[in-house]
Amino acid sequence: MTFKRLFIANRGEIALRVLRTARRMGIEVVLGVSEADAGSLPAHLADATVVLGPGPSPLSYLAIDKVVGAAHDAGCDAVHPGYGFLSENAAFARGVADAGMTFVGPAIQTLEGMGDKLAARALAVAAGLPILPGGEAPTAEGVRRRAAETGYPLLLKAVAGGGGKGMRRVDHPDDLDAALGMARAEAQASFGNPAVYVERFVARGRHVEVQILGDGVRAIHLGTRDCSIQRRFQKLVEEAPAPAMPAEARAAIEEAAVRLARHIGYRGAGTAEFLVDAEDFSFYFLELNARIQVEHPVTEAITGVDLIEQQLLVAMGKPLALTQAMVRPHGHAIEVRINAEDPDADFRPSPGRVARAAWPAGPGIRVDSHIASGGEVPPFYDSLLGKLIVHGATRDLAVARMTDALARLAIDGLPTTAPLHRRILADPRFVAGGVDTGFLAGLQP
Amino acid sequence: MTAPDLPLTAEDVAEIAEILAQSGYDALDVSTRRFRLRLAAAYAGEAAGQAAFTQEWQWAGQVDASAVAAAADAPLDPDAIPAPLPGTFYHAPQPGAPPFVAAGDAVEAETVVGIIETMKLMNPVHAGRAGTIEAVLVPDGTLVAKGAALFRLN
Repeated sequence: MTFKRLFIANRGEIALRVLRTARRMGIEVVLGVSEADAGSLPAHLADATVVLGPGPSPLSYLAIDKVVGAAHDAGCDAVHPGYGFLSENAAFARGVADAGMTFVGPAIQTLEGMGDKLAARALAVAAGLPILPGGEAPTAEGVRRRAAETGYPLLLKAVAGGGGKGMRRVDHPDDLDAALGMARAEAQASFGNPAVYVERFVARGRHVEVQILGDGVRAIHLGTRDCSIQRRFQKLVEEAPAPAMPAEARAAIEEAAVRLARHIGYRGAGTAEFLVDAEDFSFYFLELNARIQVEHPVTEAITGVDLIEQQLLVAMGKPLALTQAMVRPHGHAIEVRINAEDPDADFRPSPGRVARAAWPAGPGIRVDSHIASGGEVPPFYDSLLGKLIVHGATRDLAVARMTDALARLAIDGLPTTAPLHRRILADPRFVAGGVDTGFLAGLQP
Repeated sequence: MTAPDLPLTAEDVAEIAEILAQSGYDALDVSTRRFRLRLAAAYAGEAAGQAAFTQEWQWAGQVDASAVAAAADAPLDPDAIPAPLPGTFYHAPQPGAPPFVAAGDAVEAETVVGIIETMKLMNPVHAGRAGTIEAVLVPDGTLVAKGAALFRLN
């Protein structure tokens, strides 16, 4: 089977990213957009667009019936969900399949198992992976009981979660009720499901993840990514491979990820996330993201594999053409997320219009962005306006290249995270490599 | 409806930058009916001694202004609690829950009086100074501009 017409059920840079590969493969692209995105760059470049509804995502990008109906009416044979929105929603995947189209993603049972983060923890245990103490807490009283077991500080996480939404750190029992209210409201707004669970918070941890690819029968990994630099539990800087870590520690994490993928017969591209002790490199499984990740370009940079193409090929029913021995990572890659946020005002979102966007250009530089000069950042969605990715033969060269690239980057018209990235790249601890998740909070302004 | 290929990949842009670096020219400005691309030398970079370039894209047919940009400069009322950022304003922490404050309530500077949902994040709105809520000016669930008056405080 090959796809003739692909429906992209997403927006922003990832819609543009999927569009590029689909076009290269000779597949036509239909894009579903909200009214707020009707004039966006991906809408401009798609073969056809369908307006799904008004700006707020529950009325457009999260409206399952509208999205499935639009894809079906446009004569599409497959739907790519991108990341976020409905990408890990089993009901959506089922709706797509019931309408006679292919969902570009894992099997529905996998989404049911992994979309529910509690079920994912249970599957990981069954596959023999270590996990952090914690668990379900359906009521405020339940959360308090669970908190007594895990101790403080603890994390509240959305059961349907991802992308840091619906996640709150709680340091004292007194703060629990307020944090629970906010976490549940965010989880409801982002995923349509307010349920949260409790997990022990580890202060000196690194966030390391493994890119996996599977065809339902075989599974391989494409190495590690380190995403320890986060704010509000959302990643800001990602690199591949994870730096300052012994080869055997990396291999152990990669092996665990593949074990999980094989255990569940994983199909498509996915990412197993781990919390790694910054000192002894022991690791705990956090979750498996059953979709493409924002930070996938750093893996593409070091492996030369187009992950969107792999997703589409597997979705067409083709067996994986890659073997583990064929994946030969080369050099080091770093990605920084340029968000419409003010890093000097507690990362307050700054939607608006970009008067001028001058991105760096040159060898070893990749820019994934839907924002050109005059581009609009609507208030309804994620604040990501673009990703700057560099690749170098060594980590030192990649760091130097990123420093240089950031010096040239100029986004005018609204505050962005660019100045913060310049401070991060200049920090000796980052230059040395291997910082933990507490790095950003300790960064001098 | 026929799909012309996307103009240039990251590799294409990198190659053009390299050609430009060898050429002695500082900038390349290309305009077509669909887009305008300007590749220009910034300043000499430190990385491997290469000339450093920026890429600027402009696209025809992109929507110019938006309601958000137009509404961005709401006038500032000294007796009002303004919206600290644009987004959807909510009176209560979740649907069905009682509102944070009502008319007649006394508040301190740090009292949370509402929530603004922007870019899928719930941002608390603080009263900003001590006083009494005189009126709630904006209905629950309204899209507000930055600086919009949410409450009157006396």
